[in-house]
Amino acid sequence: MADAAAGKPITIAVLAVGGQGGGVLSNWLVALAEANGWRAQNTSVPGVAQRTGATVYYIEMLPEGDREPVLALMPGPGEVDVCVAAELMEAGRAIQRGLVTPDRTLLIASSHRAYAVSEKSAPGDGTADASAVLALVKSMARRFVHADMASIAHQTGSVISAALFGAIAGAGALPFPRQAFETTIERGGVGVAASLAAFAAGFDAVNADYEPSPESPRYTPRRRLHGGCDTERRRYEAACERLRTEFPDAVHAMLQRGLNAVVDFQDAAYGDEYLDSIARLAVADADDKGWALTVNGAKYLARAMAYDDVIRVAELKTRGSRMTRVRNEVGAARTQIMHITEFMHPRLEEVCGTLPARLGELIEGSKFVAPVLRRLVDGGRRVRTDTLFRFALMSLLAGMRRWRRGSLRYRREHQRIHEWLDLVCTKASDDYELAVEILKCQRLLKGYSDTHDRSSDKYTKILSVLDQLDAGAADCIHRLREAALEDEAGEALDELLATLARREDPAPKATA
Amino acid sequence: MAERSFTREVEQLRLGEGEEFRGEGILAITKALLQCGVGYVGGYQGAPISHLMDVLADARPVLDELGVHFESSASEAAAAAMLAASVHYPIRGAATWKSTVGTNVASDALANLSSGGVKGGTLIVVGEDYGEGSSIMQERSHAFAMKSQIWLLDPRPNLTSIVAAVEHGFELSEASNTPVMLEVRIRACHVHGRFVAKDNQPPAMTVAQALENPRRDLNRIVLPPAAFAQEQEKVERRWPAAIRFISQRQLNEVFPGNIDDIGIILQGGMYNAVIRALERLDLADMFGDTRVPLYVLNVTYPLVDEEVVDFCRDKRAVLMVEEGQPDYLEQAVNAILRKHRVQAEVQGKNLLPKAGEYTAAAMRDGVSAFMQSVLPNKGRSPAKTHAHESSAQAVQLLKDIVPQRPAGFCTGCPERPIFSAVKLMQRTLGEHHIACDIGCHLFSIMPPFNIGATTMGYGLGAASASALNVQSTRRSISIMGDGGFWHNGLTSGIGNAVFNESDDVIMIVDNYYSAATGGQDVLSSRADNANRSTRHPIEDAVRGVGVKWVKRIDRTYSVAQMRDTLTEALTTRAKGPKVIIASSECMLNRQRREKPLVRKALDEGRRVVSEKFGVDEDVCTGDHACIRLSGCPSLTVKHLSDPLRDDPVAHIDESCVACGNCGEVAEAAVLCPSFYRADVVHNPGRWERLLASWRQRIIERLQQRRARRWLHLDAELESSG
Repeated sequence: MADAAAGKPITIAVLAVGGQGGGVLSNWLVALAEANGWRAQNTSVPGVAQRTGATVYYIEMLPEGDREPVLALMPGPGEVDVCVAAELMEAGRAIQRGLVTPDRTLLIASSHRAYAVSEKSAPGDGTADASAVLALVKSMARRFVHADMASIAHQTGSVISAALFGAIAGAGALPFPRQAFETTIERGGVGVAASLAAFAAGFDAVNADYEPSPESPRYTPRRRLHGGCDTERRRYEAACERLRTEFPDAVHAMLQRGLNAVVDFQDAAYGDEYLDSIARLAVADADDKGWALTVNGAKYLARAMAYDDVIRVAELKTRGSRMTRVRNEVGAARTQIMHITEFMHPRLEEVCGTLPARLGELIEGSKFVAPVLRRLVDGGRRVRTDTLFRFALMSLLAGMRRWRRGSLRYRREHQRIHEWLDLVCTKASDDYELAVEILKCQRLLKGYSDTHDRSSDKYTKILSVLDQLDAGAADCIHRLREAALEDEAGEALDELLATLARREDPAPKATA
Repeated sequence: MAERSFTREVEQLRLGEGEEFRGEGILAITKALLQCGVGYVGGYQGAPISHLMDVLADARPVLDELGVHFESSASEAAAAAMLAASVHYPIRGAATWKSTVGTNVASDALANLSSGGVKGGTLIVVGEDYGEGSSIMQERSHAFAMKSQIWLLDPRPNLTSIVAAVEHGFELSEASNTPVMLEVRIRACHVHGRFVAKDNQPPAMTVAQALENPRRDLNRIVLPPAAFAQEQEKVERRWPAAIRFISQRQLNEVFPGNIDDIGIILQGGMYNAVIRALERLDLADMFGDTRVPLYVLNVTYPLVDEEVVDFCRDKRAVLMVEEGQPDYLEQAVNAILRKHRVQAEVQGKNLLPKAGEYTAAAMRDGVSAFMQSVLPNKGRSPAKTHAHESSAQAVQLLKDIVPQRPAGFCTGCPERPIFSAVKLMQRTLGEHHIACDIGCHLFSIMPPFNIGATTMGYGLGAASASALNVQSTRRSISIMGDGGFWHNGLTSGIGNAVFNESDDVIMIVDNYYSAATGGQDVLSSRADNANRSTRHPIEDAVRGVGVKWVKRIDRTYSVAQMRDTLTEALTTRAKGPKVIIASSECMLNRQRREKPLVRKALDEGRRVVSEKFGVDEDVCTGDHACIRLSGCPSLTVKHLSDPLRDDPVAHIDESCVACGNCGEVAEAAVLCPSFYRADVVHNPGRWERLLASWRQRIIERLQQRRARRWLHLDAELESSG
């Protein structure tokens, strides 16, 4: 920390995302220094950058003396003693800017992620590799302490800046006692109790040999299904037993998840069908291949069979466990009154998909009924699922599950699933990797309405080039799939497809 | 400024002789104005000088006591024109704005002001928004000073020097009958420091006294033949007077050093960075004691030839540290030395960056390169160590990982749904030429919206689409904020479109404030303002200049309505400009106003409904179409621990303010049924409680019945890790 004794200031850079309270933190640091007989200067470039952009605050402090020091207004690369990053990627940015150097800098970072728009908006998973940044950051700082300050702030009902202030104290970054930090918060006079709690938690988080806490608790499915009548339960147990005896150990975990998902979607019989299909894949699979075909089959077939239709949505929205999750998410106690409004936009397609297949097709194809019905059905609907009438309506819709197998949507989905699995099985014998890749293309199929149409379009495009591929087909499909997940309109995919069509090597653009 | 209070800052303005002021640079300037007996102040808000305006707007009692008049001007041109009060009357006046954009707008009035000259001291405080994080084009105010002959001060960036510059500025202005510009960079405006205060001075003559004793002097009015005489007077009388004042009062500073055959000439604002660079080379210390002589130009225009010559006479080489381009100072110093046959070699932009901000690194490298060239054994560049190499490697690796984080709309911003609607409209009607303006709404050009082709200046959104006013199958859309509308957009945009019979679409984004500059009130603001006249509807003004097709949307969050109105405007057969006024209150200011009220209501046990949006993670398929139509900071993604899922699902975090945009977008764009809004009722009444518990009991009964019938996955809280 301290060149301060030698008449040199302690230099502190705070990197924050607009709205995180970086200004509050740097003001606290100045107040802390001044209250303890130090001279401090801070500055920043707020303005529009403050609106959700990345902002740097810079502070210099040194003991009060007879003469006025000349302090810098911006951090110099390699000249920062303490760097505070209010978010993990901002810690990475600090290194890019040269504000963290191994000879000098104590880096204090919050390890949580606040995703940038570019990370969030990718149709697939566009989030940056946090572990890579953590590893790099570790090697670049003289000392590196970190904790999830966002969850500390959340738990204490405070803000990240208070937790970081605690971490600065806890890491011993400045030559002031803990008491002096706390006095600074108290003198600020706003939300003192919560700030002090966050301060204490931030202090402890970096002070002890602290392992970053696991991510905040969340709801995850249990291993086993609940409820159901006796026959259903027996049938489900039998399916579980079959799973254990008929399939290799390596696939049990995924297969059990898949089985649970499809039974949850429909019923135990549906689970049996699921296992039948997986068995087809397992036959073509082998131990030395790592059971990739079966595991991926278990995963993606479950996703495909448990598709999202009106019945499913109605059912998910009216479950008891869902209400509990919502209460947990908005911080409402069980005893508190909570209203829930759902935002829905049903279309004629959804209605027809739920109807018996023949009737649904008839209506869809009708020149007279369809437009009239469309006008009746299509439109934004806000549904209060906490009121009796709406809840009952949604429950009724959910109850249509028993007739789902006869629905138009069911027929269409299963027709596609059959074609897809047939394709996989045909390819599996001569190109195992390719078969696995085809399975994984299920990942593309998501969204509702237009979004779903676009994703189906991408899916079809990729599978349609299969015939033109020979050697390296698996790799090709893999790259095409990654490209399809890059942007919404499928521009990256089309570009790659065009390259393929020209018979050029598609490698260069591939999986950026 | 309805939603923020600056009481604490106003108290600082009352400090008296000998008391210590501690605070931001821009507040120090505000205090200095009062210490100098300023008679009136005007300006237009914008970073980094908004604070000056905001504090003075709240300082009515202090100003009234002193007899100082303050105005929030309609534009920088209005603020500059206000300085006319110092032309005939010995009243000190000040105006302030963001530069160079504000100076551009003000330049007509500035040219007239400086031609006629002033009697009372006239100070223009320009906040330079130059360099990292700037929201405007990169240009120098220096050019304006030169072209209109306005003296330019650029003090060292500490509060004592900046406050002294305000005092010197008024005196210099009076001594030379010339307006003076005080240039303060953004970091100096926001720097926290201290200075010893003086008592505030009431103006020698108040504007009220001037009003009661009107004066005029034909020689000061810009009209031939006086205008020709003024041009001569500028160079023959005012310039020499200024030079005399600057050198007699030693406004520029020389810091001697023992390596006296070299030296550095620098703009005052560069001083701290130069000292830090010298310190790194062991050529200076923390307190500014330097071994290399420095000539600090606290006045960067005009240069005092004698001072430059004196400083350079016995030197081999000097370094000119001048931020920005063109290199006016370097050229001037070269010319002066040549004229006076001084041999010192002038270095500058050959070693320092030709353009852009002089960052700490740029300064260190430049100064060190200069030292290396003149003192090969002294000036060493910091050794390239092993650490440097590994850091270069890390930087390279990080470049591919760390995402860009451009500024964007705040959580709950009412402008977001407007651009969601534009995006949705373009899905059906195709891409359009969209002209943007200055203001928060300009964030639409960033992802995820990627909307907008140009931005030509504040309030000029509509005007910048006027060339496209021709018969075509597609209409152009231009966007303008309420701030820009009142700044000049009403005439340059709307009036212009009416007069030239434009058929295009103009969208006015009305968020009740000049939001991008800090939430100041404008004419159409809805809040009651004790000192300003507000609540003048934009619609009245638009209709007043002759627009027939006007649609007002009072809730921008109605995405479908926004989209349909826009579609109608683009397709209607109606002639003339189509104006849509999209109004909803700036969420930042709304939260500022409402949060304390909610807290108070909760404390008092009154009924409060708190709203929050959420995403059903089971229903969300992880496609993120909603995010591509929103970009809201609170709408983010979350990885599930379910191995069946590859992609993270959408997730709404605690910062959600329940503006409703996600739900509306999901509905309007037919995205998915994942969104819900949960309203939690605090302190409900007895009947409400009864009804709710009755409802809940029946619903739970139904849920249990279904659970018994069907096998189901039950969720449980578990830690994934």
